[in-house]
Amino acid sequence: MTITTPQRPATTDTPAPAPTSRRARPRSLGWLVALPVPLVLLALWQAGVQNGWVLPFDIKMTFLPTPVEVGRRLIDLAAGGLYDDSFSGTLWAHLWASTVRVAQGFGLAVVVGVPLGVLMGRSRLLFRMLEPTVNLIRPVPVTAWAPLTLLIIGFGDRSTAFLVFLAAVFPILLNTIAGVHQVPPRLFEAARMLGTPSAQTLYKVVLPAAAPSIVSGMRIAMGLAWVILVVGETVGISTGLGALITQAREQSRTDLIVAGMVVIGLAGFVADRLLALVFRVAFGRRPILTVRSTS
Amino acid sequence: MTNLADTATRTAGDIVMRALGKTYPGTASAAVDGVNLEIRAGETVCIVGASGCGKSTVLRMVAGFESVSSGELSVAGVPVTGPGPDRGVVFQDYGLFPWLTVAENIAYGPRQAGLPRAVVADRMIEALSAVGLARVAESFPHQLSGGMQQRVAIARLLANRPAVMLMDEPFGALDALTRTDMQHELQRIQRETGMTILFVTHSIEEAVYLGDRVVVMAGGTAHGIPGHVREIVDVPLGEHRDPTSPEFTAIERRIDALVHAGNSHRMPDHTEEIR
Repeated sequence: MTITTPQRPATTDTPAPAPTSRRARPRSLGWLVALPVPLVLLALWQAGVQNGWVLPFDIKMTFLPTPVEVGRRLIDLAAGGLYDDSFSGTLWAHLWASTVRVAQGFGLAVVVGVPLGVLMGRSRLLFRMLEPTVNLIRPVPVTAWAPLTLLIIGFGDRSTAFLVFLAAVFPILLNTIAGVHQVPPRLFEAARMLGTPSAQTLYKVVLPAAAPSIVSGMRIAMGLAWVILVVGETVGISTGLGALITQAREQSRTDLIVAGMVVIGLAGFVADRLLALVFRVAFGRRPILTVRSTS
Repeated sequence: MTNLADTATRTAGDIVMRALGKTYPGTASAAVDGVNLEIRAGETVCIVGASGCGKSTVLRMVAGFESVSSGELSVAGVPVTGPGPDRGVVFQDYGLFPWLTVAENIAYGPRQAGLPRAVVADRMIEALSAVGLARVAESFPHQLSGGMQQRVAIARLLANRPAVMLMDEPFGALDALTRTDMQHELQRIQRETGMTILFVTHSIEEAVYLGDRVVVMAGGTAHGIPGHVREIVDVPLGEHRDPTSPEFTAIERRIDALVHAGNSHRMPDHTEEIR
Protein backbone atom coordinates (compact mmCIF):
# COMPACT_ATOMS: atom_id res chain seq x y z
CA MET A 1 0.00 0.00 0.00
CA THR A 2 1.51 3.29 -1.04
CA ILE A 3 1.37 5.91 1.64
CA THR A 4 2.10 9.48 0.74
CA THR A 5 2.89 12.05 3.35
CA PRO A 6 1.11 15.38 3.42
CA GLN A 7 4.45 17.09 4.05
CA ARG A 8 5.57 16.33 0.52
CA PRO A 9 2.53 16.72 -1.68
CA ALA A 10 4.76 17.00 -4.76
CA THR A 11 5.37 13.26 -4.73
CA THR A 12 1.75 12.21 -4.55
CA ASP A 13 0.98 11.82 -8.23
CA THR A 14 -1.32 8.80 -8.46
CA PRO A 15 0.87 5.95 -7.26
CA ALA A 16 -1.53 3.48 -8.87
CA PRO A 17 0.72 1.67 -11.39
CA ALA A 18 2.98 0.28 -8.67
CA PRO A 19 0.75 -2.61 -7.54
CA THR A 20 0.09 -3.85 -11.09
CA SER A 21 3.77 -4.00 -12.03
CA ARG A 22 4.50 -5.73 -8.73
CA ARG A 23 1.92 -8.35 -9.59
CA ALA A 24 2.93 -8.82 -13.21
CA ARG A 25 6.42 -10.15 -12.58
CA PRO A 26 5.63 -13.20 -10.46
CA ARG A 27 2.84 -14.08 -12.86
CA SER A 28 5.14 -14.38 -15.90
CA LEU A 29 7.59 -16.35 -13.76
CA GLY A 30 4.73 -18.46 -12.41
CA TRP A 31 4.12 -20.07 -15.78
CA LEU A 32 7.63 -21.53 -15.76
CA VAL A 33 7.40 -22.72 -12.17
CA ALA A 34 4.05 -24.41 -12.81
CA LEU A 35 5.29 -26.29 -15.87
CA PRO A 36 7.28 -29.27 -14.42
CA VAL A 37 4.47 -30.75 -12.30
CA PRO A 38 1.99 -31.48 -15.13
CA LEU A 39 4.83 -32.69 -17.36
CA VAL A 40 5.98 -35.17 -14.71
CA LEU A 41 2.37 -36.29 -14.14
CA LEU A 42 1.91 -36.92 -17.86
CA ALA A 43 5.15 -38.89 -17.99
CA LEU A 44 4.13 -41.01 -14.97
CA TRP A 45 0.72 -41.59 -16.53
CA GLN A 46 2.27 -42.79 -19.78
CA ALA A 47 4.74 -45.05 -17.92
CA GLY A 48 2.01 -46.41 -15.63
CA VAL A 49 -0.25 -47.44 -18.49
CA GLN A 50 2.59 -49.03 -20.45
CA ASN A 51 3.88 -51.02 -17.44
CA GLY A 52 0.45 -51.90 -16.02
CA TRP A 53 0.98 -50.33 -12.59
CA VAL A 54 -1.55 -51.01 -9.86
CA LEU A 55 -1.92 -48.03 -7.57
CA PRO A 56 -3.58 -47.72 -4.13
CA PHE A 57 -7.38 -47.99 -4.21
CA ASP A 58 -6.73 -50.82 -6.66
CA ILE A 59 -6.35 -48.42 -9.56
CA LYS A 60 -5.42 -50.63 -12.49
CA MET A 61 -3.60 -48.38 -14.89
CA THR A 62 -3.72 -50.88 -17.74
CA PHE A 63 -7.35 -49.94 -18.22
CA LEU A 64 -6.44 -46.28 -18.74
CA PRO A 65 -5.82 -44.76 -22.13
CA THR A 66 -2.38 -43.20 -22.58
CA PRO A 67 -2.07 -39.40 -22.73
CA VAL A 68 -1.28 -39.71 -26.41
CA GLU A 69 -4.51 -41.64 -27.06
CA VAL A 70 -6.50 -39.04 -25.15
CA GLY A 71 -4.82 -36.30 -27.18
CA ARG A 72 -5.69 -38.02 -30.45
CA ARG A 73 -9.26 -38.51 -29.28
CA LEU A 74 -9.50 -34.84 -28.35
CA ILE A 75 -8.33 -33.78 -31.80
CA ASP A 76 -10.80 -36.17 -33.41
CA LEU A 77 -13.60 -34.90 -31.20
CA ALA A 78 -12.85 -31.32 -32.13
CA ALA A 79 -12.01 -31.67 -35.82
CA GLY A 80 -12.67 -35.28 -36.83
CA GLY A 81 -10.58 -37.11 -39.40
CA LEU A 82 -8.75 -39.56 -37.07
CA TYR A 83 -11.31 -42.20 -36.07
CA ASP A 84 -14.35 -41.17 -38.09
CA ASP A 85 -16.86 -42.68 -35.67
CA SER A 86 -20.11 -41.23 -34.39
CA PHE A 87 -18.22 -38.93 -31.99
CA SER A 88 -15.88 -37.34 -34.51
CA GLY A 89 -16.21 -33.57 -34.73
CA THR A 90 -19.09 -33.41 -32.26
CA LEU A 91 -17.20 -31.59 -29.51
CA TRP A 92 -18.50 -28.11 -30.32
CA ALA A 93 -22.13 -29.18 -30.32
CA HIS A 94 -21.66 -30.81 -26.89
CA LEU A 95 -19.72 -27.83 -25.55
CA TRP A 96 -22.28 -25.34 -26.81
CA ALA A 97 -25.24 -27.26 -25.38
CA SER A 98 -23.54 -27.47 -21.98
CA THR A 99 -22.48 -23.82 -22.04
CA VAL A 100 -26.06 -22.72 -22.69
CA ARG A 101 -27.34 -24.77 -19.73
CA VAL A 102 -24.58 -23.44 -17.46
CA ALA A 103 -25.29 -19.87 -18.55
CA GLN A 104 -29.03 -20.26 -17.92
CA GLY A 105 -28.67 -21.86 -14.49
CA PHE A 106 -25.85 -19.59 -13.41
CA GLY A 107 -27.58 -16.46 -14.68
CA LEU A 108 -30.75 -17.34 -12.79
CA ALA A 109 -28.69 -18.04 -9.66
CA VAL A 110 -27.13 -14.57 -9.89
CA VAL A 111 -30.49 -12.90 -10.50
CA VAL A 112 -31.99 -14.65 -7.46
CA GLY A 113 -28.95 -14.94 -5.17
CA VAL A 114 -27.54 -11.42 -5.24
CA PRO A 115 -30.73 -9.40 -4.56
CA LEU A 116 -31.96 -11.94 -2.00
CA GLY A 117 -28.55 -11.92 -0.34
CA VAL A 118 -28.48 -8.14 -0.15
CA LEU A 119 -31.95 -8.07 1.41
CA MET A 120 -31.18 -10.89 3.84
CA GLY A 121 -27.92 -9.21 4.77
CA ARG A 122 -29.61 -5.90 5.52
CA SER A 123 -32.86 -7.01 7.08
CA ARG A 124 -32.52 -8.84 10.36
CA LEU A 125 -36.15 -9.96 10.12
CA LEU A 126 -35.73 -11.42 6.64
CA PHE A 127 -32.51 -13.12 7.70
CA ARG A 128 -34.16 -14.74 10.71
CA MET A 129 -37.11 -15.80 8.56
CA LEU A 130 -35.12 -17.36 5.73
CA GLU A 131 -31.75 -18.41 7.11
CA PRO A 132 -32.89 -21.67 8.79
CA THR A 133 -34.74 -22.79 5.66
CA VAL A 134 -31.79 -21.95 3.44
CA ASN A 135 -29.42 -23.90 5.65
CA LEU A 136 -31.82 -26.85 5.76
CA ILE A 137 -32.03 -27.09 1.97
CA ARG A 138 -28.38 -26.29 1.30
CA PRO A 139 -26.81 -29.51 2.67
CA VAL A 140 -28.90 -31.66 0.29
CA PRO A 141 -26.38 -32.50 -2.43
CA VAL A 142 -27.41 -31.41 -5.88
CA THR A 143 -26.73 -34.96 -7.03
CA ALA A 144 -29.55 -36.05 -4.72
CA TRP A 145 -31.89 -33.60 -6.43
CA ALA A 146 -31.18 -35.10 -9.84
CA PRO A 147 -33.54 -38.12 -9.76
CA LEU A 148 -36.40 -36.04 -8.37
CA THR A 149 -35.77 -33.31 -10.91
CA LEU A 150 -36.13 -35.80 -13.75
CA LEU A 151 -39.52 -36.84 -12.42
CA ILE A 152 -40.95 -33.40 -11.69
CA ILE A 153 -39.45 -31.46 -14.61
CA GLY A 154 -38.75 -34.23 -17.07
CA PHE A 155 -35.84 -34.97 -19.40
CA GLY A 156 -34.29 -32.04 -21.14
CA ASP A 157 -32.50 -28.74 -20.92
CA ARG A 158 -34.72 -27.29 -18.24
CA SER A 159 -33.94 -29.91 -15.60
CA THR A 160 -30.19 -29.55 -16.19
CA ALA A 161 -30.40 -25.77 -16.00
CA PHE A 162 -32.41 -26.14 -12.80
CA LEU A 163 -29.74 -28.37 -11.26
CA VAL A 164 -27.05 -25.87 -12.24
CA PHE A 165 -29.15 -23.14 -10.62
CA LEU A 166 -29.46 -25.18 -7.42
CA ALA A 167 -25.72 -25.74 -7.30
CA ALA A 168 -24.86 -22.11 -8.02
CA VAL A 169 -27.44 -20.22 -5.98
CA PHE A 170 -26.23 -21.13 -2.49
CA PRO A 171 -22.61 -20.00 -2.76
CA ILE A 172 -23.79 -16.75 -4.35
CA LEU A 173 -26.48 -16.19 -1.73
CA LEU A 174 -24.29 -17.01 1.28
CA ASN A 175 -21.30 -14.99 0.05
CA THR A 176 -23.52 -12.02 -0.69
CA ILE A 177 -25.00 -12.17 2.82
CA ALA A 178 -21.53 -12.43 4.37
CA GLY A 179 -20.27 -9.52 2.26
CA VAL A 180 -23.24 -7.35 3.23
CA HIS A 181 -22.71 -8.15 6.91
CA GLN A 182 -19.13 -6.98 6.62
CA VAL A 183 -19.91 -3.54 5.23
CA PRO A 184 -18.55 -1.05 7.80
CA PRO A 185 -21.51 0.75 9.47
CA ARG A 186 -19.52 3.96 9.09
CA LEU A 187 -20.12 3.92 5.33
CA PHE A 188 -23.88 4.00 5.88
CA GLU A 189 -23.50 6.98 8.17
CA ALA A 190 -21.30 8.70 5.62
CA ALA A 191 -23.80 8.08 2.84
CA ARG A 192 -26.74 9.20 4.96
CA MET A 193 -25.15 12.47 6.09
CA LEU A 194 -24.25 13.25 2.48
CA GLY A 195 -27.93 13.10 1.61
CA THR A 196 -28.50 9.49 0.52
CA PRO A 197 -32.02 8.26 1.33
CA SER A 198 -31.95 5.09 3.40
CA ALA A 199 -33.33 2.87 0.63
CA GLN A 200 -30.71 4.05 -1.88
CA THR A 201 -27.87 2.90 0.37
CA LEU A 202 -28.66 -0.64 -0.84
CA TYR A 203 -27.07 0.04 -4.20
CA LYS A 204 -24.99 3.10 -3.42
CA VAL A 205 -23.17 1.56 -0.45
CA VAL A 206 -24.03 -2.11 0.10
CA LEU A 207 -23.54 -3.38 -3.43
CA PRO A 208 -20.12 -1.79 -4.07
CA ALA A 209 -18.88 -2.50 -0.55
CA ALA A 210 -19.96 -6.15 -0.71
CA ALA A 211 -18.76 -6.59 -4.30
CA PRO A 212 -15.59 -8.55 -3.37
CA SER A 213 -17.64 -11.20 -1.55
CA ILE A 214 -20.29 -11.31 -4.27
CA VAL A 215 -17.62 -11.79 -6.91
CA SER A 216 -15.94 -14.65 -5.04
CA GLY A 217 -19.34 -16.27 -4.49
CA MET A 218 -20.01 -16.09 -8.22
CA ARG A 219 -16.65 -17.67 -9.00
CA ILE A 220 -17.25 -20.57 -6.62
CA ALA A 221 -20.73 -20.99 -8.13
CA MET A 222 -19.33 -21.02 -11.65
CA GLY A 223 -17.00 -23.86 -10.68
CA LEU A 224 -19.87 -25.88 -9.19
CA ALA A 225 -22.04 -25.25 -12.25
CA TRP A 226 -19.66 -27.23 -14.46
CA VAL A 227 -19.30 -29.95 -11.84
CA ILE A 228 -23.04 -30.55 -11.89
CA LEU A 229 -23.17 -31.06 -15.67
CA VAL A 230 -21.88 -34.61 -15.43
CA VAL A 231 -24.81 -35.50 -13.17
CA GLY A 232 -27.34 -33.24 -14.83
CA GLU A 233 -26.78 -34.49 -18.36
CA THR A 234 -26.70 -38.21 -17.59
CA VAL A 235 -30.22 -39.19 -18.50
CA GLY A 236 -32.40 -38.26 -21.42
CA ILE A 237 -29.99 -35.83 -23.02
CA SER A 238 -27.94 -36.59 -26.11
CA THR A 239 -25.86 -33.45 -26.50
CA GLY A 240 -23.74 -32.00 -23.74
CA LEU A 241 -20.40 -32.79 -22.19
CA GLY A 242 -22.04 -34.86 -19.45
CA ALA A 243 -24.03 -36.77 -22.06
CA LEU A 244 -20.82 -37.38 -24.01
CA ILE A 245 -19.16 -38.91 -20.96
CA THR A 246 -22.22 -41.01 -20.20
CA GLN A 247 -22.34 -42.40 -23.74
CA ALA A 248 -18.60 -43.09 -23.59
CA ARG A 249 -19.06 -45.01 -20.34
CA GLU A 250 -21.85 -47.11 -21.84
CA GLN A 251 -19.44 -48.08 -24.62
CA SER A 252 -16.49 -48.49 -22.20
CA ARG A 253 -14.48 -45.93 -24.17
CA THR A 254 -11.99 -44.73 -21.57
CA ASP A 255 -10.13 -42.42 -23.97
CA LEU A 256 -13.42 -40.68 -24.71
CA ILE A 257 -14.27 -40.40 -20.99
CA VAL A 258 -10.93 -38.82 -20.18
CA ALA A 259 -11.22 -36.52 -23.19
CA GLY A 260 -14.64 -35.42 -21.89
CA MET A 261 -13.17 -34.84 -18.45
CA VAL A 262 -10.41 -32.70 -19.94
CA VAL A 263 -12.93 -30.61 -21.88
CA ILE A 264 -15.15 -30.04 -18.83
CA GLY A 265 -12.11 -29.06 -16.78
CA LEU A 266 -10.94 -26.65 -19.46
CA ALA A 267 -14.42 -25.22 -19.90
CA GLY A 268 -14.67 -24.55 -16.16
CA PHE A 269 -11.23 -22.97 -16.18
CA VAL A 270 -12.00 -20.73 -19.15
CA ALA A 271 -15.39 -19.76 -17.69
CA ASP A 272 -13.70 -18.69 -14.44
CA ARG A 273 -11.14 -16.64 -16.34
CA LEU A 274 -13.86 -15.04 -18.45
CA LEU A 275 -15.77 -14.14 -15.31
CA ALA A 276 -12.63 -12.61 -13.81
CA LEU A 277 -12.08 -10.69 -17.05
CA VAL A 278 -15.64 -9.37 -17.01
CA PHE A 279 -15.12 -8.09 -13.47
CA ARG A 280 -11.79 -6.53 -14.36
CA VAL A 281 -13.36 -4.69 -17.28
CA ALA A 282 -16.38 -3.65 -15.20
CA PHE A 283 -14.47 -2.43 -12.15
CA GLY A 284 -11.29 -1.22 -13.85
CA ARG A 285 -8.65 -0.31 -11.32
CA ARG A 286 -11.20 0.34 -8.61
CA PRO A 287 -9.93 -1.16 -5.38
CA ILE A 288 -12.85 -3.48 -4.76
CA LEU A 289 -10.74 -6.52 -4.04
CA THR A 290 -9.51 -6.95 -0.45
CA VAL A 291 -8.99 -3.32 0.31
CA ARG A 292 -8.47 -2.49 3.96
CA SER A 293 -11.39 -0.16 4.27
CA THR A 294 -12.02 2.38 6.99
CA SER A 295 -12.51 0.43 10.15
CA MET B 1 -13.06 31.10 -1.96
CA THR B 2 -15.88 33.57 -2.25
CA ASN B 3 -18.10 30.83 -3.59
CA LEU B 4 -17.56 28.70 -0.53
CA ALA B 5 -18.89 31.56 1.57
CA ASP B 6 -21.93 31.99 -0.64
CA THR B 7 -24.64 32.19 1.98
CA ALA B 8 -27.45 31.97 -0.54
CA THR B 9 -26.91 28.23 -0.89
CA ARG B 10 -26.25 27.75 2.80
CA THR B 11 -28.87 27.96 5.51
CA ALA B 12 -28.12 29.37 8.92
CA GLY B 13 -26.95 26.60 11.21
CA ASP B 14 -27.79 27.45 14.77
CA ILE B 15 -28.13 24.43 17.06
CA VAL B 16 -30.43 24.39 20.06
CA MET B 17 -30.39 21.63 22.70
CA ARG B 18 -32.87 21.79 25.57
CA ALA B 19 -32.71 19.20 28.35
CA LEU B 20 -31.38 16.84 25.71
CA GLY B 21 -31.00 13.25 26.83
CA LYS B 22 -30.20 9.82 25.42
CA THR B 23 -31.03 6.44 26.90
CA TYR B 24 -29.97 3.42 24.91
CA PRO B 25 -32.57 0.66 24.67
CA GLY B 26 -31.95 -2.05 27.21
CA THR B 27 -29.98 0.12 29.60
CA ALA B 28 -31.38 1.34 32.89
CA SER B 29 -29.73 4.74 33.17
CA ALA B 30 -29.33 7.50 30.63
CA ALA B 31 -26.03 7.85 28.75
CA VAL B 32 -26.58 11.61 28.48
CA ASP B 33 -29.06 13.76 30.34
CA GLY B 34 -30.12 17.37 30.65
CA VAL B 35 -27.83 18.95 28.08
CA ASN B 36 -28.68 22.62 27.51
CA LEU B 37 -26.62 24.27 24.80
CA GLU B 38 -27.31 26.94 22.21
CA ILE B 39 -24.82 27.30 19.41
CA ARG B 40 -25.09 30.39 17.21
CA ALA B 41 -24.76 30.09 13.44
CA GLY B 42 -21.10 30.45 12.49
CA GLU B 43 -19.85 29.63 15.95
CA THR B 44 -17.25 26.97 16.72
CA VAL B 45 -18.00 25.01 19.86
CA CYS B 46 -15.75 22.25 21.16
CA ILE B 47 -16.83 19.52 23.54
CA VAL B 48 -14.22 17.95 25.82
CA GLY B 49 -14.53 15.38 28.57
CA ALA B 50 -13.26 12.02 29.72
CA SER B 51 -14.05 8.88 27.76
CA GLY B 52 -17.65 7.76 28.14
CA CYS B 53 -18.99 11.15 29.19
CA GLY B 54 -21.35 11.15 26.21
CA LYS B 55 -19.72 13.85 24.10
CA SER B 56 -19.83 11.71 20.97
CA THR B 57 -23.41 10.72 21.75
CA VAL B 58 -24.42 14.40 21.73
CA LEU B 59 -22.71 14.89 18.37
CA ARG B 60 -24.29 11.76 16.93
CA MET B 61 -27.72 12.96 18.03
CA VAL B 62 -27.17 16.25 16.22
CA ALA B 63 -26.05 14.26 13.17
CA GLY B 64 -29.28 12.27 13.38
CA PHE B 65 -27.49 8.92 13.77
CA GLU B 66 -28.92 8.49 17.25
CA SER B 67 -32.52 9.25 18.14
CA VAL B 68 -33.33 11.79 20.84
CA SER B 69 -34.68 10.10 23.98
CA SER B 70 -35.69 13.18 25.92
CA GLY B 71 -35.62 16.95 25.57
CA GLU B 72 -35.41 18.96 22.37
CA LEU B 73 -32.87 19.25 19.60
CA SER B 74 -33.18 21.48 16.57
CA VAL B 75 -30.84 22.76 13.87
CA ALA B 76 -31.75 26.00 12.09
CA GLY B 77 -35.08 25.86 13.91
CA VAL B 78 -36.00 22.42 12.58
CA PRO B 79 -36.19 19.46 14.98
CA VAL B 80 -33.66 16.77 14.12
CA THR B 81 -35.30 13.51 13.05
CA GLY B 82 -32.52 11.83 11.09
CA PRO B 83 -29.33 12.40 9.12
CA GLY B 84 -29.36 15.05 6.41
CA PRO B 85 -27.03 16.89 4.06
CA ASP B 86 -27.46 20.12 6.07
CA ARG B 87 -25.32 18.53 8.79
CA GLY B 88 -22.01 17.15 7.52
CA VAL B 89 -20.01 14.80 9.70
CA VAL B 90 -16.24 14.29 9.78
CA PHE B 91 -15.35 10.95 11.38
CA GLN B 92 -12.13 9.99 13.11
CA ASP B 93 -11.79 7.10 10.66
CA TYR B 94 -12.69 9.29 7.64
CA GLY B 95 -15.53 7.10 6.30
CA LEU B 96 -14.55 7.63 2.66
CA PHE B 97 -15.96 5.30 0.01
CA PRO B 98 -12.98 3.09 -0.86
CA TRP B 99 -14.31 2.25 -4.34
CA LEU B 100 -14.58 5.89 -5.41
CA THR B 101 -11.70 8.15 -6.40
CA VAL B 102 -10.98 11.28 -4.39
CA ALA B 103 -12.83 13.33 -7.00
CA GLU B 104 -15.82 10.99 -6.98
CA ASN B 105 -15.94 10.95 -3.19
CA ILE B 106 -16.11 14.73 -3.20
CA ALA B 107 -18.69 14.86 -5.98
CA TYR B 108 -20.88 12.29 -4.20
CA GLY B 109 -22.93 14.78 -2.17
CA PRO B 110 -23.66 17.28 -4.96
CA ARG B 111 -24.52 14.39 -7.30
CA GLN B 112 -26.82 12.95 -4.68
CA ALA B 113 -28.50 16.35 -4.46
CA GLY B 114 -29.22 16.11 -8.19
CA LEU B 115 -27.28 19.23 -9.14
CA PRO B 116 -26.45 19.82 -12.80
CA ARG B 117 -23.22 18.20 -13.95
CA ALA B 118 -21.42 21.51 -14.44
CA VAL B 119 -22.25 22.64 -10.91
CA VAL B 120 -21.06 19.31 -9.50
CA ALA B 121 -17.76 19.69 -11.34
CA ASP B 122 -17.32 23.28 -10.16
CA ARG B 123 -17.96 22.38 -6.55
CA MET B 124 -15.66 19.39 -6.74
CA ILE B 125 -12.76 21.44 -8.12
CA GLU B 126 -13.40 24.23 -5.65
CA ALA B 127 -13.47 21.87 -2.67
CA LEU B 128 -10.37 20.03 -3.89
CA SER B 129 -8.37 23.21 -4.12
CA ALA B 130 -9.73 24.47 -0.79
CA VAL B 131 -7.92 21.58 0.91
CA GLY B 132 -4.99 21.51 -1.53
CA LEU B 133 -5.65 18.08 -3.01
CA ALA B 134 -6.11 18.80 -6.73
CA ARG B 135 -3.03 16.68 -7.43
CA VAL B 136 -4.53 13.45 -6.08
CA ALA B 137 -8.03 13.84 -7.56
CA GLU B 138 -7.80 10.52 -9.42
CA SER B 139 -6.27 8.52 -6.55
CA PHE B 140 -8.22 6.16 -4.35
CA PRO B 141 -8.50 6.80 -0.61
CA HIS B 142 -6.30 3.85 0.40
CA GLN B 143 -3.43 5.38 -1.55
CA LEU B 144 -3.42 8.47 0.66
CA SER B 145 -2.05 9.14 4.13
CA GLY B 146 -4.41 9.63 7.06
CA GLY B 147 -4.05 13.41 6.94
CA MET B 148 -4.86 13.50 3.25
CA GLN B 149 -7.84 11.18 3.67
CA GLN B 150 -9.19 13.51 6.35
CA ARG B 151 -8.73 16.44 3.96
CA VAL B 152 -10.79 14.53 1.39
CA ALA B 153 -13.46 13.95 4.03
CA ILE B 154 -13.57 17.68 4.77
CA ALA B 155 -13.57 18.57 1.06
CA ARG B 156 -16.50 16.20 0.52
CA LEU B 157 -18.46 18.22 3.07
CA LEU B 158 -17.40 21.57 1.62
CA ALA B 159 -18.73 20.46 -1.76
CA ASN B 160 -22.02 19.60 -0.11
CA ARG B 161 -22.34 23.04 1.56
CA PRO B 162 -23.73 21.95 4.93
CA ALA B 163 -24.81 24.61 7.42
CA VAL B 164 -23.21 22.63 10.22
CA MET B 165 -20.01 20.64 10.33
CA LEU B 166 -19.94 17.98 13.06
CA MET B 167 -16.47 16.69 13.82
CA ASP B 168 -16.02 13.60 15.99
CA GLU B 169 -12.38 13.54 17.12
CA PRO B 170 -11.43 14.17 13.50
CA PHE B 171 -7.70 14.59 14.06
CA GLY B 172 -7.35 11.98 16.81
CA ALA B 173 -5.71 9.42 14.55
CA LEU B 174 -3.22 11.84 12.98
CA ASP B 175 0.37 12.52 13.98
CA ALA B 176 1.10 15.72 15.89
CA LEU B 177 2.48 17.70 12.93
CA THR B 178 -0.37 16.80 10.59
CA ARG B 179 -2.81 17.51 13.37
CA THR B 180 -1.53 21.09 13.77
CA ASP B 181 -1.68 21.63 10.00
CA MET B 182 -5.25 20.40 9.94
CA GLN B 183 -6.25 22.68 12.81
CA HIS B 184 -4.90 25.69 10.90
CA GLU B 185 -6.72 24.62 7.78
CA LEU B 186 -9.98 24.04 9.59
CA GLN B 187 -9.78 27.52 11.11
CA ARG B 188 -9.23 29.05 7.69
CA ILE B 189 -12.09 27.08 6.16
CA GLN B 190 -14.40 28.07 8.99
CA ARG B 191 -13.60 31.74 8.39
CA GLU B 192 -14.16 31.44 4.66
CA THR B 193 -17.41 29.53 4.89
CA GLY B 194 -18.95 30.77 8.13
CA MET B 195 -20.08 27.24 8.91
CA THR B 196 -21.21 26.29 12.39
CA ILE B 197 -18.79 23.75 13.83
CA LEU B 198 -19.41 21.32 16.65
CA PHE B 199 -16.09 19.68 17.44
CA VAL B 200 -15.61 16.76 19.83
CA THR B 201 -12.07 16.16 21.02
CA HIS B 202 -9.94 14.58 23.74
CA SER B 203 -7.37 17.35 23.49
CA ILE B 204 -7.97 20.38 25.68
CA GLU B 205 -5.35 22.34 23.76
CA GLU B 206 -7.14 21.62 20.49
CA ALA B 207 -10.44 22.68 22.01
CA VAL B 208 -9.05 25.99 23.28
CA TYR B 209 -7.26 26.59 19.98
CA LEU B 210 -10.34 26.08 17.81
CA GLY B 211 -13.35 26.88 19.96
CA ASP B 212 -15.22 30.12 20.54
CA ARG B 213 -16.54 28.21 23.52
CA VAL B 214 -15.57 24.93 25.14
CA VAL B 215 -18.20 22.68 26.65
CA VAL B 216 -16.84 20.50 29.46
CA MET B 217 -18.82 17.31 29.90
CA ALA B 218 -18.60 14.93 32.85
CA GLY B 219 -20.22 11.81 34.19
CA GLY B 220 -20.97 8.77 32.12
CA THR B 221 -21.82 5.18 32.96
CA ALA B 222 -18.35 4.63 34.48
CA HIS B 223 -19.23 7.22 37.13
CA GLY B 224 -22.72 5.94 37.76
CA ILE B 225 -24.38 9.17 36.61
CA PRO B 226 -25.50 10.20 33.11
CA GLY B 227 -23.17 12.32 31.04
CA HIS B 228 -23.94 16.01 31.49
CA VAL B 229 -22.52 19.46 30.85
CA ARG B 230 -20.34 20.53 33.76
CA GLU B 231 -19.51 23.98 32.48
CA ILE B 232 -19.32 26.05 29.33
CA VAL B 233 -16.08 28.05 29.12
CA ASP B 234 -15.76 31.14 26.89
CA VAL B 235 -12.55 31.45 24.93
CA PRO B 236 -12.19 35.21 24.25
CA LEU B 237 -8.82 34.94 22.52
CA GLY B 238 -9.70 36.35 19.10
CA GLU B 239 -8.59 35.04 15.75
CA HIS B 240 -4.89 34.41 16.13
CA ARG B 241 -4.23 32.17 19.07
CA ASP B 242 -0.86 31.32 20.51
CA PRO B 243 -0.96 28.09 22.53
CA THR B 244 2.11 29.24 24.47
CA SER B 245 0.63 32.56 25.58
CA PRO B 246 -0.29 32.96 29.27
CA GLU B 247 -3.94 33.71 28.44
CA PHE B 248 -4.18 30.51 26.40
CA THR B 249 -2.57 28.31 29.04
CA ALA B 250 -4.70 29.85 31.77
CA ILE B 251 -7.90 28.77 30.00
CA GLU B 252 -6.36 25.41 29.24
CA ARG B 253 -5.52 24.89 32.91
CA ARG B 254 -8.99 25.88 34.00
CA ILE B 255 -10.62 23.41 31.60
CA ASP B 256 -8.17 20.73 32.62
CA ALA B 257 -9.20 21.25 36.24
CA LEU B 258 -12.87 21.04 35.25
CA VAL B 259 -12.36 17.83 33.31
CA HIS B 260 -10.56 16.11 36.14
CA ALA B 261 -12.19 17.76 39.15
CA GLY B 262 -15.40 15.80 38.91
CA ASN B 263 -13.99 12.42 39.80
CA SER B 264 -12.86 13.38 43.31
CA HIS B 265 -15.88 15.65 43.62
CA ARG B 266 -18.27 12.75 43.15
CA MET B 267 -16.33 10.35 45.30
CA PRO B 268 -18.68 10.53 48.33
CA ASP B 269 -21.63 9.41 46.17
CA HIS B 270 -19.65 6.45 45.00
CA THR B 271 -18.54 5.26 48.39
CA GLU B 272 -22.08 5.51 49.61
CA GLU B 273 -23.30 3.38 46.73
CA ILE B 274 -20.67 0.78 47.36
CA ARG B 275 -21.53 0.57 51.03
